[in-house]
Amino acid sequence: MSAHSAAARGIGSGRGSRWTLRALGLGFLALLLVAPLVMIFYKSFEDGLMPPLEAITSENGLNALKLSLLMVAIAVPLNTVFGVVCAILLVRHKWKGNALIDAVINLPFALSPVVIGLALYLLYSTNGGWFGPALAEVGIEVLFSVPGMVLASIFVSLPFVVRETVPVLQEIGTEQEQAASTLGANTWQTFWRVTLPAIRWGVAYGVVLTTARVLGEFGAVTIVSGSISGQTETLPLFVSKQFEAFNEPGAYGASIVLALLALSTLLAMNLLKRKEDA
Amino acid sequence: MEANPAALPPSAASTRAGIRLPGLGVGIGRGYVVMYLSLMVLIPLAALVDESLTSGLGNFWDQVTSPQAVRSLELTMICSLIVVAINAVFGTIIAWILVRDEFPGKAAVNAIIDLPFALPTIVASLTLLALYGNESPFGIDIAFTRAAVVVALLFVTLPFVVRAVQPLLIEMDREMEEAAASLGASGFTVFRRIIFPNLIPGLAAGVALAFARALGEFGSVLIFAGGLPDTQVSSVFIRAQVESGNEPGASAVSMVLLLASLLCLATISLTQRWASRHERSTGGTLVMPMAGEMPADGEREEGDDERA
Repeated sequence: MSAHSAAARGIGSGRGSRWTLRALGLGFLALLLVAPLVMIFYKSFEDGLMPPLEAITSENGLNALKLSLLMVAIAVPLNTVFGVVCAILLVRHKWKGNALIDAVINLPFALSPVVIGLALYLLYSTNGGWFGPALAEVGIEVLFSVPGMVLASIFVSLPFVVRETVPVLQEIGTEQEQAASTLGANTWQTFWRVTLPAIRWGVAYGVVLTTARVLGEFGAVTIVSGSISGQTETLPLFVSKQFEAFNEPGAYGASIVLALLALSTLLAMNLLKRKEDA
Repeated sequence: MEANPAALPPSAASTRAGIRLPGLGVGIGRGYVVMYLSLMVLIPLAALVDESLTSGLGNFWDQVTSPQAVRSLELTMICSLIVVAINAVFGTIIAWILVRDEFPGKAAVNAIIDLPFALPTIVASLTLLALYGNESPFGIDIAFTRAAVVVALLFVTLPFVVRAVQPLLIEMDREMEEAAASLGASGFTVFRRIIFPNLIPGLAAGVALAFARALGEFGSVLIFAGGLPDTQVSSVFIRAQVESGNEPGASAVSMVLLLASLLCLATISLTQRWASRHERSTGGTLVMPMAGEMPADGEREEGDDERA
């Protein structure tokens, strides 16, 4: 440690430059992150607790909340199961297709949500989409209804569990799993009793990120949903709609719910990181 | 502490045995993964490519080069470049103070860096408007201008560079710095000649991810910068085209964004291959806490430190 402090004196060094860097970095964060966060709370509760509470307990507000939770309830489990299976295949089973799978998994991170929404829109459009007309014939509406919004949520949040599970799987190695199978455990038992407990914090971290992304998704969902009040309106869409209707308390009422969920996410991320490192 | 993490052999054993799906299971598992990815990601994107080319390359080109489309693409590109340049500098400074500096509240500062990943973009847009709009408590009104586009993009892309550079700084071997300093190098020279070159792989990956994110950003720009002709970024343009029924125009511009995303991902992948070939650490899994990285053959170096 003494060597480290010597180096610290060597570089970044003089008291002046240390304070300059600190002021620049923290000042940037204060203006860009802290001030907006404080502002959400200030604006939401400017006129007391009631206006945001009324907005979120209005019929459309509650429907938006329910629909957001429904998105989470469907998209998160699907992406979690996929993520764990995919991670095991990528890490433990060499295959020439793995590089391609890996590349495709990264796509949703780099793609604009609006492009994702448009792709789904074109595919499921009843007017000339590849799947739309056939599905319409059997009575399944994808666009402007819940299935399309679920598909958009799955697309945008697909990589998180895979990305968080892969490194953990690599790190835990295989000794314990080998021991388990030597002792007569079958693959299924080994997975439930040895592998899953070892990777659980990594998976949990991925699940937290997936949930946050699904709750906050706006761009992709806005294209496929049509944003019909009370029917295809998630919380972020509700925020946007209320803002457009000049109903600020309404917009902030839903925003404060989303901001509190975001803060819980941050808290969960930090707790899980600590568990993972422990 | 004297062990050099890079010198340890990769944990090749982890791929050799351990939990494996039984014979038939591998096939089923692969089938499931390929099906899921095709259905959820690849087929929709194929439909997009198909639509953009459906009336010929000539029409595609006309759509991409329409004055409005060009304007939005230019604006998006320029703002994204400005944003990643600012983030590269401030992201490195923030990573630096989080690793090498000590001050009260550091843990809280470290935790709040990820806020833009957690906060829905539309909420960010709303609060940025309240903060830097015409009712700004600071008296700074930049709403519905290009500056608003830049600020919104700065907000959403802030964590990328910080989180990419931070692990590299943590792992960095300080002996070289000490040697340079004892030979009389100034603080700035040490940074330029020793620290900065070691940060390049992480910085490049962070910048590429931030750039990809900035190019496609929608929600945070929407309310704060609006969709005025002057502030219409590509994703806002695309939505406007969808709403007015111009699907060929929307899909043509989408194709440009799709290609740009692929380029960013390719850049990240190449940087990482370069870095691992030169035995430069890319910071293990932390390079992109949220994002893609080839599952490198290398191992988590923090773990090795503990074992050593």
